[in-house]
Parts: sequence; C-alpha cells; structure tokens
Amino acid sequence: MTEQIDEGLRNELQRQGIWVTSMQDLYNWGRRNSIWPLQFGLACCAIEMIATAASRYDIARFGGEVFRPSPRQADLMIVAGTVTKKMAPQIVRLYNQMPDPKYVISMGACAISGGPFKQGYNVLKGIDRYIPVDVYIPGCPPRPEALLHAFMELQRKIDGQKLTGITKAEHLDPGQPSEFPVPAFGEHDLEPVANPDVFHPPKMERQS
Amino acid sequence: MNEQVLEPIERPPTTMSSRLEGELMEVSMGPQHPSTHGVFRMNVALNGEIVVKLKPVFGYLHRNHEKIGENTSYLGSMPYTDRLDYFCSMTNNWAYALSVEKLAGIEVPERAEYLRVILAELTRLQNHTSLLGFLLNDMGAWGTPLMYAFREREKVLDLFESLSGSRMMCDYMRFGGCRVDAGTDWIERAKKVVDAFPRFLDEFENLVVSNEILIARTQEVGKLSADLAINAGITGPMLRACGVNYDIRKVDGYGIYPRFKFRVPLGEHGDTYDRLMMRVLEMRESIGILQQAFKQIPGGPVMNPKVKIRAFRPPLGEAYGRIEGPKGELGFYLISDGSGNPYRYRVRPPSFVNLTILEDLCLGHTVADVMVILGSVDIVMGEVDR
Repeated sequence: MTEQIDEGLRNELQRQGIWVTSMQDLYNWGRRNSIWPLQFGLACCAIEMIATAASRYDIARFGGEVFRPSPRQADLMIVAGTVTKKMAPQIVRLYNQMPDPKYVISMGACAISGGPFKQGYNVLKGIDRYIPVDVYIPGCPPRPEALLHAFMELQRKIDGQKLTGITKAEHLDPGQPSEFPVPAFGEHDLEPVANPDVFHPPKMERQS
Repeated sequence: MNEQVLEPIERPPTTMSSRLEGELMEVSMGPQHPSTHGVFRMNVALNGEIVVKLKPVFGYLHRNHEKIGENTSYLGSMPYTDRLDYFCSMTNNWAYALSVEKLAGIEVPERAEYLRVILAELTRLQNHTSLLGFLLNDMGAWGTPLMYAFREREKVLDLFESLSGSRMMCDYMRFGGCRVDAGTDWIERAKKVVDAFPRFLDEFENLVVSNEILIARTQEVGKLSADLAINAGITGPMLRACGVNYDIRKVDGYGIYPRFKFRVPLGEHGDTYDRLMMRVLEMRESIGILQQAFKQIPGGPVMNPKVKIRAFRPPLGEAYGRIEGPKGELGFYLISDGSGNPYRYRVRPPSFVNLTILEDLCLGHTVADVMVILGSVDIVMGEVDR
C-alpha cells in the first residue's frame, strides 16, 4: 500500500521528519525482526542450531536472539533433527501450544524426510506429515549459514503477508486451523499415519 | 583397578515418608526441556523440592543404529557412526575403524596414526569445551559461558572442515588409515589453534572455577563413590573423578598412545565439581599430547594400499575395539560371517552406561541440582538411544 503514495511526496515528507508507511508494512516490519525461536533440539542439527545462535554466526542480528524454552512465548519452531514416532506427538503438541502467528523451519534431512535413518521402523518420514512447514533446509546437518538463509527466507515470507483482502495471511483467517490433531500410538504405527489436511505428497507421474 | 571382589552396595531408599504428610509431587521433566541435552525425559518424584525418585525415560531418539549397521556394508556404517555422538564424530570413526582393523588384521600407516591421535585430541578439546559451556548454562550462567565455549569450538570445527569437508559429520577415517592427507599448512594452522588454547582455558578458569556460586552449586552435589562407579561400569572422566585410575589410552595403549607422555588427572570426591575440573585438566593434557604429536608426525602415506575398502569382506570372526572417547569407553563389537556386512554390530556407548546411575546421583538433592548433575554426566542422546 505504501507504493500507492507518490514517491516525491514521500521524500518531501521524509525531509520534514515525517515517515509515511502503511500499517501492514509497520506491522510486518516489527514481526519479521523479532522472531523468537523455540529452544527445542532433537538431534545433531540442534548443535548447529546452537552454533547459529552462538557468538560466531549470531542469529541475533536477524532478530532471533531470544530462544524461548516455552512454546507459549515462541513464534518459530525449528525442527532440528530426527523425529521419531515416540517424539512426534510431543512435537505436534508443542506446535499446538504456540500462539498464532507461528512458523516452522524443517532443518536437516531427517526432519524433511527421515534422512539417512529413513529405513528405520520408528523414524517419522518428515514432520510435514503432521504440521505445516514454511521453510525446508536440506543438509546433514545444514551449516549455520543455511539456517540463517532459511531465517531470511522466512522473514521475506512474513514481509509479504497481507493483513486484509482475499490474499490475507492464513493465521488471520478464522476458518484456518491453528491446532492440529495430535497423533496417537497405534498398534503398529502412529494413528493417523499422516494428517491429510496438512500432508500433500507430490504425485508421481509415470511417463510411459 | 583393585582386584578384590566388591561388596554389593547399599542404595539409599527410593521412597521416603513425607514429614508434611503430603503427597509426593510427580514431575515429568522433558523431553522438551532446555537442559536435558536433547530429548531425554525424567519422571521425578519430589518431596517438597527434594528428589526422592527419578525414573529416566529413553527412546525419543532411537534411530535403529545397530540394525542399520547390520544391513549396510562395513564402509557404509562409517557415516552413521558420525551421528552416534554428534559432538565427537572423529573418535566414533576411530573406534569403529579400530574394531574393523582388529577384525580383519589391518595395519595402519604411521602418519595416519598420528593424524588420528591429533584429531581425537582435538575432538576431546571441543567436546569438553562445549560441555563446560552447557554445564554452566544449566547452572544458570545463561548464555555467556556458552558463547565463550562455542567461540573456541568453532576454531576446532574449522580445522575439521578444512580437512574432511564437514564441520560435524567428518566421516574421515577408513579401515587402514585416513581418507585424505593433511597438508603442511593444515598442521601449521592446527598448531596455532592448539597453542592459543591454554589462554582460553586460563581465561575460562579465572572466570568460573573460583566463582562462589559455581562452588556452591557443584561441590558435594551428586557424589559418586568409586565402588558404585566400578560396579555400574562407569568410564571416562566420570570414573576418574572418583579417583579410579583407569584411562584406556594408558590401559590398552591403542594406536600410538604409548609414545606420548601425559598424565591422567584424578579426582578425589567424585562430586560435580570434580567432574567439571576433570574436563579442564584433561584438556590441558590433551594440549600436551597434541604438541608432542605435531613435533613427531612423520611423512608418508595415510592409507594402507592393500586394503580394498569398497568390496570389503573381513574373515570370519569377532572383534571388540574400544577407545577412550571424550565421554568414556566407546566400543564397537562386530561379528563377521564373511559377508559384506556385519552379522552383529553392537555399540558400547559411554554416555548410556554413565547415565544408568543418574538416580543414585540425584537422590536427596533438589530438583535444580538434577540438571547440573545431568549436565556433568555429559550425555548425548544420539549415543544413548542409538
């Protein structure tokens, strides 16, 4: 909406010390620069996540410095590591406890698809079966730079979210769920095996 | 180690009648907890703030490591060993390579042995550094010591990366040597990092070791007796903190460790403070070993040319290779049936065995001390659950 204001007028106002912007830009600017991740590590990738938060890579430069141990205070869940079927219900529950708007980064091969442990009987083949994922980072483990890149991608996504209109952000739509059913331990596997509202596997088309 | 038969130990009672006639409060700590070092859960029964019962719950990171090892080739398991204890991938590689070399009777060239020692001791440095950072984090020194520790750890990781191509998952060693040779510039860089390390240790010790709060939080907390430690199979710095002189680098003398002069630091009380100090002292000894290795390292090949790594089929037999990992005795037990993959593949993880006495350490202490004790045990869930 800011782009509708005349550039010359805006410059003139800025020279007088008046900053003109839209509510949406201001709101998104605030949101994207204070993404607090959930302090929550699962496996090897968590160590790289800590390294990203530590002195050299310093995710604080991007507004993610405060790792909150409580999901109630977190905006971003970084699923860092192998998700086992024993742990998956807890992760979904943690996600449900986070307040809206909330985002998920799926860090590493294991969180995306099971990675090198995919053949294991109790490794979940990707956390996107139960919760919606915003950014995927491949790697085993991804480097801290990769996590920073994912963080910046997420910032770009937040920046583009609309507050009103038909294309407004999902979390502002009361019809969209903000909580997802927690899978239960079934006889052989988690039940359900995947949440069909969330999980949309790519359709393989055979070329004959 | 003393030879006498040890008496069965008397454990403190796990249930206690409350003076307040109240119910015990049961708390489930974890699996999502900032200080459980991964996904570890403890069901704690509390009388007021005192722990009267502690039941660990594992398995949140069980990744079928051993079964995958039995279904892949011998070489195929090497990258998986990186992901066991993801802090010390180099020592995991070495332990696995050592047991396969034992199984197949493979000689390792001189230069490769030196490189292995250098990398294992560098791993020990970075593991202990980050452990100290995490331990102080658990104690409430939120952030700052961890930042100092990770600053130093990054320097070691840079060396790993330039040598093996990966910061954490190095996958560097092979049966009969190492994957690539280290150039002279790498050795020079490693020397610089190691020479600068004592300064960091002095700084760190000045900051924390004489700190009154640290002493109050760690001394006489989580005492472990030498008897219990030996009976429970505790190894590594935890065992030596109780005053038991048992270091596999000295006992087995695997690799070329007998060539190096180093002392084994021993604790006296077996409490958390001793375990913490043990790590600091071990790092100083590691620096000594590294400096000797840098002086002595010869030229030559880093790989035994006779070994066929790709289609590797060891003869029938079994072997157990163990090394002194940063956390304790890390062993791999392999049974070969002559085929391309092991018939049985078993890992003896130090942090899992060290974790078995957690309840004995925590009973009678406050719930805030549980985190400190757990931090001093030095667990990594990738290794505990496998």
